[in-house]
Amino acid sequence: MSTTTLWIVVLATSVLCLAIKLFGHYVPGRWIANARLQRINALIPIALLSALVIAEGVVTKTHVVIDHRLAGLCVALAALIAKAPFPVVVIAAAATSAAVYHLH
Amino acid sequence: MAPLPRNTVRDALSVAVTVGAYGVAFGAASVAAGFSVLQTCIFSLFTFTGASQFAAVGVVAAGGGALSAIATAAMLSTRNALYGIQMAPILEVRGVRRFLSAHITIDESTGVALSQKPRGIAAMRVGFWVTGVSVFVFWNAFTLLGALGARAIGNPASWGLDGAVPAVFLGLLWPRLESTYLRVVAATSMVFAMVVTPWLPAGLPIIATALVAVAMGWRER
Repeated sequence: MSTTTLWIVVLATSVLCLAIKLFGHYVPGRWIANARLQRINALIPIALLSALVIAEGVVTKTHVVIDHRLAGLCVALAALIAKAPFPVVVIAAAATSAAVYHLH
Repeated sequence: MAPLPRNTVRDALSVAVTVGAYGVAFGAASVAAGFSVLQTCIFSLFTFTGASQFAAVGVVAAGGGALSAIATAAMLSTRNALYGIQMAPILEVRGVRRFLSAHITIDESTGVALSQKPRGIAAMRVGFWVTGVSVFVFWNAFTLLGALGARAIGNPASWGLDGAVPAVFLGLLWPRLESTYLRVVAATSMVFAMVVTPWLPAGLPIIATALVAVAMGWRER
């Protein structure tokens, strides 16, 4: 991605995310009190974060690829099940992923 | 102003310190995706909503286009508008303070504020402001550290950075899976994202997965 495109991503994301926050504070609540909208909105983070786990963990460009990242992800899952604190989860995943990467 | 309720401040600061760890990971992931240290810091200063920042950077790292990155980040941040609707009548501020309160309306500040309800409305306000401001300070300081660190280490795979990013998303997802239905939504979304990956341009499967949320939230259960 070119420097200009990266700037567009940074600035447009910042403006939109701030606008969305302001919207909540300045617009009367009843405008978005629709029950269906609220149900869908509650599920959006779960759907997108799940997709991001896949996109970052097992996808390279447009292919599903099993590599060192999946090893890290499995360790992260185990750490979360064991109720490990967040930094432990991330560091354990990074260490495992790096170790498997170097073994190859 | 009344003296700060000590328990509320302690709750707020412990949340802020924990969030710092995400900041390091974000700074590193952003630089590894190709953003400069300055761009990375601007993300944290002005976007200031962690999951969306990670998403924008993640889509770019996955080879997605600018529009996919921006749209995914914006969609992930719509929950902040709902937090604002809840917080505005509690905070009752005007002018510059209202603008600032909107900027720090995120998961953590809203969560701490709502958790202070038994301690009264003054504690809710203190919880919101102390959490929001301290998360802002820690998040930005740690973002800079992570960005500088990533620039120093070179190949991200060699240090496990490409393995840390999916773990961050899993860590953000995990506490939201409060019911069986929500776990089914997550599993369905993962399968959906994997199935559409070979058929769509890079980065697009992420935002396409919003369709799963629409389909599964359409009817009342």
